[in-house]
Amino acid sequence: MSETLEKDFQDKIDRDIKIEPKDWMPERYRKTLIRQMSQHAHSEVVGMLPEGNWITRAPSLRRKVALLAKVQDEAGHGLYLYSAVETLGADREDTIDDLHTGKAKYSSIFNYPTISWADIGAIGWLVDGAAIVNQVALQRTSYGPYARAMIRICKEESFHQRQGYEIMMTLAKGSPEQKAMAQDALNRWWWPSLMMFGPPDDESPNTEQSLRWRVKRHTNDQLRQEFIDMTVPQAEYLGISIPDPDLKWNEEKGMHDFGKIDWEEFWHVVKGNGPCNKDRIKARKAAKDNGEWVREAANAYAKKKKERNNKVA
Amino acid sequence: MSNSKDWPLWEVFIRSKQGLNHKHVGNLRAADAEMAVDNARDVYTRRKEGVSIWVVESKHISASSPDDSGALFEPANDKIYRHPTFYDIPDEIGHM
Repeated sequence: MSETLEKDFQDKIDRDIKIEPKDWMPERYRKTLIRQMSQHAHSEVVGMLPEGNWITRAPSLRRKVALLAKVQDEAGHGLYLYSAVETLGADREDTIDDLHTGKAKYSSIFNYPTISWADIGAIGWLVDGAAIVNQVALQRTSYGPYARAMIRICKEESFHQRQGYEIMMTLAKGSPEQKAMAQDALNRWWWPSLMMFGPPDDESPNTEQSLRWRVKRHTNDQLRQEFIDMTVPQAEYLGISIPDPDLKWNEEKGMHDFGKIDWEEFWHVVKGNGPCNKDRIKARKAAKDNGEWVREAANAYAKKKKERNNKVA
Repeated sequence: MSNSKDWPLWEVFIRSKQGLNHKHVGNLRAADAEMAVDNARDVYTRRKEGVSIWVVESKHISASSPDDSGALFEPANDKIYRHPTFYDIPDEIGHM
């Protein structure tokens, strides 16, 4: 009986028919999705921190409103994704607690510090740029609520990248000091952005099953290549150089060759030893603890209103 | 210690423009309906995508079961005469 269910399920996947919350699905599919969507949600929320760091120090009102709106969007993106996680029966509070205990991960890129204003430009340009490549692909993921969340997110994400690139343009075309800041930010954010796409295909054991279930539509290396090819001309326009001496256009393949990624750094950071891992979790825990009084007040207020309405009725 | 586990789950429906239906856009947790509407405003209408918000506690939604959809929707399968293409209207009549 379960064999027929599995067969029908795979058949739907193969015909690009979306799987919706109450449809039968293999337990492993459900678990994989809960893990992937919740880690995606955590990434959005933790991602607010490195950029939130510069809101009070944005150099102009235009920059400040744009950054505020972007960070607010990231909160919203996290909420769309927590919402999708709940459709699979996972409790929102438990999901968030998993982040705090370290049981659940988030994108390792957010464990790097934002040292200068130029980092805000680099993040919008490169980190959101990489996220866009990944998220555009995920618009066709097999699970309905996840795909719809991705479509919503993609619509909002393009202003994020433009905002960052505008900052990079201003700096790169500015004074020698500004240009140096922009170059320095590119130097620090380039390789971590490439790592956002995950380990190379031959070291990514879950990829095959994810592709078969169409949770993933492309491999890590494919998306990474797409991002590099798209970004090289953008750097050229700015007149700053990507910190990879092996980066070169390959006429035969129609794509860029690039240097070796330091996967030891990637695993080091993923395992909790990056520059900001501890600070990020500390900040998230504090946000929950310090918001306790707000939740209590909301509960008390709701209770009071209900009692008042009952009396009137 | 308050627990937002006490907060029910609300489904959110937004009418994005006058003339359109409310569409389901997602869910959120809130202490009561008023808070749910305010939160829905913040999460789902940042870019003027809403003129009206409905929130319904998820537990109040009754839904057909996907397992039954075969039998439930079967009556429509063989009633092609409900479609305009079933009927032959000569070309000279023009648009009908």
